[in-house]
Amino acid sequence: MNLAAHAPILAIAVPLLGGFALPLWGKIHPSLRNLWLALVASLTAALTGFVAVQVLTTGVQVYTLGASSPGETLSPGGFPIRIVLTVDALSAFMGAIATLLAVVAFTYAWRYLEEEEGKTLALTLGTLLWAGMLGMAFTGDLFNLFVFFEVTSIAACGLIGYRTWTSRGPEAAFKTMVMYTVGGLFVLLAIALLYGEYGALNLAYLARLIQGTTVDRIALGLLLGGFLMKVGAVPLHMWAPDAYGEAPAQAVILLVANTQTSLYALFRILFTLYGGVADPAIGWLVVGLGMLTLVVAALMAVVQMDLGRLVAFGAVSQIGYMLLGVGVGLTVISSQPAFGLVAIQGGIFHMLNDAVAIGLLFLAVGAVEKATGNRDLGNLGGLGHDLGWTTGFFLVGSLALAGIPPLNGFASKLMIYESSFALSPILAALAILASILLLAVFVRAFQGAFLGPRLASPKPVPTAMLVAMGVLALGVLALGLFPELVVRHLVEPAAKALWEGREAYLRAVLGG
Amino acid sequence: MIGNTPFVVCMILVALGLWALLSRRNLIKIVIGIKIIENGVNLFLVATGYVQDGIVPIYTYAPPDATMVLPTPQALTLTSIVIGLATTALMLAFAVVIHRHKKTLDGRKVTELSG
Repeated sequence: MNLAAHAPILAIAVPLLGGFALPLWGKIHPSLRNLWLALVASLTAALTGFVAVQVLTTGVQVYTLGASSPGETLSPGGFPIRIVLTVDALSAFMGAIATLLAVVAFTYAWRYLEEEEGKTLALTLGTLLWAGMLGMAFTGDLFNLFVFFEVTSIAACGLIGYRTWTSRGPEAAFKTMVMYTVGGLFVLLAIALLYGEYGALNLAYLARLIQGTTVDRIALGLLLGGFLMKVGAVPLHMWAPDAYGEAPAQAVILLVANTQTSLYALFRILFTLYGGVADPAIGWLVVGLGMLTLVVAALMAVVQMDLGRLVAFGAVSQIGYMLLGVGVGLTVISSQPAFGLVAIQGGIFHMLNDAVAIGLLFLAVGAVEKATGNRDLGNLGGLGHDLGWTTGFFLVGSLALAGIPPLNGFASKLMIYESSFALSPILAALAILASILLLAVFVRAFQGAFLGPRLASPKPVPTAMLVAMGVLALGVLALGLFPELVVRHLVEPAAKALWEGREAYLRAVLGG
Repeated sequence: MIGNTPFVVCMILVALGLWALLSRRNLIKIVIGIKIIENGVNLFLVATGYVQDGIVPIYTYAPPDATMVLPTPQALTLTSIVIGLATTALMLAFAVVIHRHKKTLDGRKVTELSG
């Protein structure tokens, strides 16, 4: 048996099965559970990395479940009837982001979570969430997209609300679950509409057939609505700050990855499925939602007094930049492909940069909460005297998020500013304004929490947590100093996969 | 014969569920609203697979010339029902925990968070 060909399905199966086995190991001894988690995590990371390398060197990978050979996507009738995983450069990119954040989250959780506070449960849910995200990134089938969407929803809401002894956690989880479930049902209804019209569920096959009829447009509207609910774009963002604010820190960075996976699914639908009937009006809609998200969330961040919720609104506003970049790309790509490609690259590069920078900030907030038992800006102060490393990490994260050169946020934001300026200067002006606002907010938060006289004596932050934050901080610096390298080898193939690579994606599944 | 009636009925169910979701404040009723939407969507899925005079797709002793209804939407609906069970159970569990803390299920009164 050629194991290499089975890598895409193994990357989903290993964390799924390994996650369910975790509580069993935990029953015997916590150290066995940790060992098992390390094994599962490193195997999954290796498999995702292997798939990504395969994709970047040999092109789109397909894997057919239940066929005699993984490449046999079509039934004898020339119709893709089996479940197909299709991994192109964008899927691999998304899988890599999810894997990076998951590995960092587990390293952090090692010393962040307490044994008696449901550590086994949190690690299990985290692993399942990871499996769901990889499934969403790798699937080439609309219905499986829905199934993995729900797997991530359930695991994510479990992670938000498992601390049932607090009252705020379950409340945030209930709110989030309502949004996720309704979003999921919108997606399912759209899938039913498309199935009713074309009698197929395979993404590539549907993309060939799609005509742009009224039913298709209704389905697109439902898909947009469903995924935007999970992405947390304004005006559907009500759950996001609560969830980011109330979940434990290692869960929050998994939630960030989960949000981005939904964003990936949205791009997949807009470009791969509806690329043949692309309409600039849809692009303008995405641009509008992106602008609304980044401005409103930045304004809301100003009034927050809780460090966690402040960073949470920063995270929501970053989603706006990604929507803006890709929306500009969608608007212009059919008339000016080169310009559109740069815009999409900006949006997609920002996904990676945001994952690293906002992840670092959330982990730093978690470290502050662990050390002081407090997150209220009114009661925090002078932490810089004792928590040197955490202070540095928070500063690096906030400057990167606000887009200060030479950190990574600047590299992708510059691409977004340039391309949106070419479409309409007002867009770029508002986007820069929101960035400046975020900078002000984070400077205020930094000054309030870390500078000034010492107010309390915080406990030292465990080394495992510092290492996890250090990895992300190095990522921020590396991505900021060598953006060209990353753009050329990772981001450009991913952005090309959306438009120029669409035909390659369809051919990989359908042949011909 | 029945034309688009099943689809219209399903859409009415979905609309009713959405209305319940938006107009009710009791957490349990919100969950019920979601269930109504879900049932509407599930029925819609089954309805897309209906073939005039079709028989059950798993019927072993079907006459060789019989038309069958499409099996795929039924398989999808089954999956969707199982997923629905999981999400409903989780939401109700959170509602129970919220009630334990706040002694109420009124959405306006439990709100500590304001996204």
